[in-house]
Amino acid sequence: MTDRLEEMFARTRAEGRPALIPFLPAGWPELNDTVRLVEAAIEGGADAVEIGLPFSDPLGDGPVNQVAYEQAIKAGCNTETVFAAVAELRARGVRAPLLVMGYFNPVLAYGVNRFVEAAARAGVDGFIIVDLPPQEAAELEVPAREAGLHMVYLLAPTSTDDRIRLVAEHASGFIYCVSVVGITGARTEVSAELPEFIARVRARTDLPLAVGFGISAREHVAAVGKLADAAVVGSAFVRTIADATAPGRPDAVRAFVEEISGREPAPRS
Amino acid sequence: MTTTLPDERGHFGEFGGQYVPETLMPALIELEAAYHAAMEDPEFHRELDALLKDYVGRPSPLTYAERLSAEVGCKVYLKREDLNHTGAHKINAVLAQGLLARRMGKKRIIAETGAGQHGVATATVCALFGLDCIVYMGAEDVRRQAINVLKMKVLGAEVRTVQSGSRTLKDATNEAIRDWVTNVRDTYYIIGSVVGPHPYPAMVRDFQSIIGIEARAQMLAVEGRLPTIAVACVGGGSNAMGLFYPLLEDNVRLIGVEAAGEGLAKKHAATLSAGRPGVLHGARSYLLQDQWGQVMEAHSISAGLDYPGVGPEHSWLKVSERAEYAAVTDDEALDALQKLSRLEGIIPALESSHAIAHVLKMRGTVSPDDLIVVNLSGRGDKDMQTVATALGVEI
Repeated sequence: MTDRLEEMFARTRAEGRPALIPFLPAGWPELNDTVRLVEAAIEGGADAVEIGLPFSDPLGDGPVNQVAYEQAIKAGCNTETVFAAVAELRARGVRAPLLVMGYFNPVLAYGVNRFVEAAARAGVDGFIIVDLPPQEAAELEVPAREAGLHMVYLLAPTSTDDRIRLVAEHASGFIYCVSVVGITGARTEVSAELPEFIARVRARTDLPLAVGFGISAREHVAAVGKLADAAVVGSAFVRTIADATAPGRPDAVRAFVEEISGREPAPRS
Repeated sequence: MTTTLPDERGHFGEFGGQYVPETLMPALIELEAAYHAAMEDPEFHRELDALLKDYVGRPSPLTYAERLSAEVGCKVYLKREDLNHTGAHKINAVLAQGLLARRMGKKRIIAETGAGQHGVATATVCALFGLDCIVYMGAEDVRRQAINVLKMKVLGAEVRTVQSGSRTLKDATNEAIRDWVTNVRDTYYIIGSVVGPHPYPAMVRDFQSIIGIEARAQMLAVEGRLPTIAVACVGGGSNAMGLFYPLLEDNVRLIGVEAAGEGLAKKHAATLSAGRPGVLHGARSYLLQDQWGQVMEAHSISAGLDYPGVGPEHSWLKVSERAEYAAVTDDEALDALQKLSRLEGIIPALESSHAIAHVLKMRGTVSPDDLIVVNLSGRGDKDMQTVATALGVEI
C-alpha cells in the first residue's frame, strides 16, 4: 500500500508549496457534519485533514476547540463516530491523508490495540495525541507502527535539543511543530522565534515538518511555507464553521480553505 | 512495601508518568532537577524547617480524642493539621514549593483550588515571598467558598473564575495547565495535591510527609507504640499521602476515605472505589469516566474532595493492596462534622469529616487494643455556609 502522507509531501514539495492541513473536531457542529466538511475542505484545497477526537478535558486547546469538543460530546460523538466518518470518507473515494488528533484517555478507554485496529480498518493514516509524549507512548506507538500507521509527535519552541532528538527518533509521517509557547487558538502574527525553532528541528531530522497553533491567515501559511513542509490551521477554521449557517457550512469551509491556501485571490474587503 | 517509588520516569507501577503536551516537558525536567538539588541542600531544609516552625506553627499537636474514643471503642488520636496557619495541611507543600520557585527564579505563581484552602495557602506564601499570584477556581466553588475567595483577594492574589466544564476543581486545573503551557518560561505552577505529572506527586508527597513523620514520633512518645490504623480523607490525596508515606513500611492499616457524595449509585467523587484507570491532568491513575473515556463530573458536599481523579500513588497503594479505600456520603460527613464538634470541641473541615465519619463507622469492628490516628486535615470555619444550607439554617 502506498503511504498517503509520503505521497502528499512528495506532491506538495514538487509543487513548491506547503501542504495545508485543516483541523476539524469530529461530530461537530452537528454529529453527521464530519464527512461533508472534510470533503469540502479537500475540494477547497486541503491536502490532509486532522480530525479531532473529542475529549472532555482538552488542556492543550484554547476555548474555540474546547467548546466545539463539548458540543460534539453532548451531541453523542464518540470514538466510533470518528472511525465511521473516516470509513465513509474512504468509501466515497477520499485519498487525502486523514489523521486522528486527540488526547490519550479516550484511546485508553477504547483499548489501545482495539483503537489501532479500528483506525487502520477505517482508513486512518496516523495519530497525533497531544498529551502523549514519546517516552510514555510505547503502548500506542508499537501497535500503530505494526499496523502501518504514523505517530506524529509535537515539538514546541521550549523543546530542548534532547527532546527534539527523542521526538525525531520516535516520530513518523511528520513532526508537528507548535509555533508558539501556548495552547491552540488563532493569533494575529506568526511567532518571531519560529525560524530559529524550525532550524533547530530541521538540523536534527529529515522528516517533514508541519507548523500549527495560531495559523489563521494566508500570510501565515505563506510564511510557514518558507520554513516548513505543512501548515496546520485549527481554531480559525473551526471558528469559520461556527460562524456559518448549517446549510452554508460546506461553502464556508471551501471558501476559507481556498482563501488561506492562496488558490483564490483574497476577497476585497 | 516499597518507599522507593516512583521510578526514574515517575511511575508508581502502572500509574503516574508525564502525560503532558510537549511544551511542558522541559519545564518538568527543570523542576525535577531543581527539586532534587533543593532536597540535597541543607540550606533549603534550614529555611523550610524554620518557616514550618515559626510561620506555620509546626509541629502540629496530636490530640487524644477521649470522648470520640469512647464512641468508637478504641483510642483515637487526631493529627491537628487544622491548627496550621491558614487552617489546613495545604500550607506544608505550598511553603516548600514557594521556596523552590524562589530558588528557580520564577516570579509568577499560578495555582488551582477547589475548596479554596490551597488557593489561600498559595496566596499567603506569595505574599510572604513577594511573588505574583494567580489562582484558578471553578465558578461553582467560587460560589460555595466565598470567604476563601475574599481571603485570597485580601492577600493580594488574583482569582480567575473558571466557567468551563463542571466549573469545579477539574476545570480550574485545566485552566491552570493552559496558563502554564502559555507562560511556562517565567511561571511556577504550585499544584495543591499529589496529582499531576511527575515530579509533582512525589514532590508534594515528600513535602506533606512531615504530617506522618510527626504523627509517628508523637504516637511513639505518648503511647510507646505505633498506631494500628491510620485514616485520612482522599480527594487528590495529599493529606493522606502525607500521613501514610512515613508509615508505609510499618505494620499499620492505612485507610483512605473518599467522598461517596449522594451515594455510589448516584453522584459522587469516589474515584478509587468506583472509577477505572485512565489519564487526566498529566498522570495515569484511577478516574471517573464514561465508557468512551470522557471524564465525568464528580460530586461532593466538600469542594476539596470534588475531583474525578486521584493521585497516582494512591492508585498504586490500592492495586498493590497496601492501603484500603472506603467512601462516605455527604450526609455521613455532615453528621460527623457535628458529632466531632460536640464530642471534642473541634469543628473539622467537611473534607476531614469524611475521615471522622469512617472512624465512627468502624465502631464494633475495632478491638480495644487498636490505636487509630486520624488526619484532621483542616478546620471547618470555611464550611459554615455549606453546613447552614444543608441544615436549612439561615445566616
